[in-house]
Amino acid sequence: MPRHLTSRLGEGLIAIWGVVTIVFVVSRLLGDPAVLLLPIGATEAQLQELRTQLGLDQPLLRQYLTFLLHAVKGDFGQSFQFARPALDVVLERLPATALLAGCALTIGVLIGGLAGALAAIYRGSAIEGLVLLVALLGQATPSFWLGIMLILFFAVQLGWFPTGGYGEWQNLVLPSVTLACFTTASIARLLRSSMLDVMRDDYVRTAYAKGLAPRRVYIWHVGRNSLIPVVTMTGILAGELLGGAAVTETVFAWPGVGRLIVQAIETKDFPVVQAGVAVVATIFVAVNLLVDLLYTLIDPRIRQES
Amino acid sequence: MRLLSFLHRQRANWLGLLGAGLLILLLALALAGPWLGLPDPTRGDLRARMLAPTISWFGLGAHPFGTDQLGRDILSRIIAGSRVTLTIAGSAVILGGIVGVLLGLVAGYFGGWYDRILMRLVDIQLAFPLMLLALLVVAALGPSLHNLIAVLALTSWVRYARIVRAQVLTVREREFVQAALAMGAGHARLLLRHILPNVLTPVFVVATLELARTIVLEAGLSFLGLGIQPPSPSWGRMLADGRTYIASAWWIITLPGLALMLTVLSVNLLGDWLRDWLDPRAERR
Repeated sequence: MPRHLTSRLGEGLIAIWGVVTIVFVVSRLLGDPAVLLLPIGATEAQLQELRTQLGLDQPLLRQYLTFLLHAVKGDFGQSFQFARPALDVVLERLPATALLAGCALTIGVLIGGLAGALAAIYRGSAIEGLVLLVALLGQATPSFWLGIMLILFFAVQLGWFPTGGYGEWQNLVLPSVTLACFTTASIARLLRSSMLDVMRDDYVRTAYAKGLAPRRVYIWHVGRNSLIPVVTMTGILAGELLGGAAVTETVFAWPGVGRLIVQAIETKDFPVVQAGVAVVATIFVAVNLLVDLLYTLIDPRIRQES
Repeated sequence: MRLLSFLHRQRANWLGLLGAGLLILLLALALAGPWLGLPDPTRGDLRARMLAPTISWFGLGAHPFGTDQLGRDILSRIIAGSRVTLTIAGSAVILGGIVGVLLGLVAGYFGGWYDRILMRLVDIQLAFPLMLLALLVVAALGPSLHNLIAVLALTSWVRYARIVRAQVLTVREREFVQAALAMGAGHARLLLRHILPNVLTPVFVVATLELARTIVLEAGLSFLGLGIQPPSPSWGRMLADGRTYIASAWWIITLPGLALMLTVLSVNLLGDWLRDWLDPRAERR
């Protein structure tokens, strides 16, 4: 492994540790789990017993160290709500979120990439204007509102797709489109401006001068070089899709990790909150490491530097 | 033809102008809200529940945007909601901006450990989905106006810090800074009088982009029930309430959403224009 990737891995681990620590501290501010777990009217002795059982009577630093030690082994404790290991509860929901985020990202990269490339190739034409207009609107539309509007038209009025739920491919359409909207718009705009930048570079002029067909120039010279900022942004967007899916998943009653964490925050199910956020942060770091790796494949200049 | 090509060349300008105009209009409406003679946004009239919008070519009517499930006037709720949203998002952007700029200045200027710690903090913040961080902190501290501003500021300092740090790294080596240093200027003077003014331009671009993002995040929080609490009207809450009546009264959810989209769009347009205007490389696009 190249040296800069090793140091990126170390930085990623520090980031995950930081996120987990923040969640631990904030969870302790959320309230006393013992009061929540026992029925109203429980005696002080019962409360005290449960606190001892959960380890809440220990000094905070000690609780934190125990928590970290267990977390490293994947043990976030039992979910209060489901009475099962919290990590299992989270991991069960992961495929649903991954499916949704994967579909949204695919739509975003394909449609956003195509629209952005067309806008750059046919610059100054109506195509460019249309792409820019739609992308501007797409970036300005909040996902939860878009989701509800799609439900209004395609589920309530036309009855083409269900309003929510999980299982069939029909359930997947509206949430994916909702989640993909911002990503698609962002990728289209970024790829367009990145391609326009590259088209002014000297090596593109050289490629034309030596008589290459425009199609070859676009694919091999412009395309490849303008992908670098897009890949960076796709990595960041992928992380946002996993976390930002919380709202979309809530709108469509999609049984994913985001909705699980939102519900766990509402019911103060700390172990699930902690496990869920830790999993999301880990995925984010992993995706961005992958992006770093992709760079070195796309751009030989970066390979030589490292 | 000449006019057409002029408009095409100037399109960044008139889009920016459009954004600025819309934003000024929204701000004016928000500021003038209480004096416009609209119905009380928090008082319902159960006899006038879920009335359809009365706005038409011929006039506004009694309830231009209709009424909601409790018979409250939607237009006055949208305007009252814009006051809340713009106050929270605006304050959060300014607060996050000040913190981010200061941290970025210190990290870029002193380097070393300050820099390393800041960059790790940035990594942590980036790995933490903003929506979940905001939800968690609001749930812990309670959804008061001050807490919401603090939380949203917390989610936005990173971008300022990163861009200021990068700028400081280049400005630090320029002659005028070295000259001031040679003349015996202290760190504080050097940072605030010589470096800060030269790194501020991109900060304004980040601030507009952050404003748009913060407005959406705030609406998302109140959509999930963790924003500013009733009876204060908020756009996110109106959307959440309107969901229930989506089949019978489309206007309850559609119109606040349109207001939200228009606000974000105008801020984005302004931000794009500002970026193109400040970036000389972009002029021929």
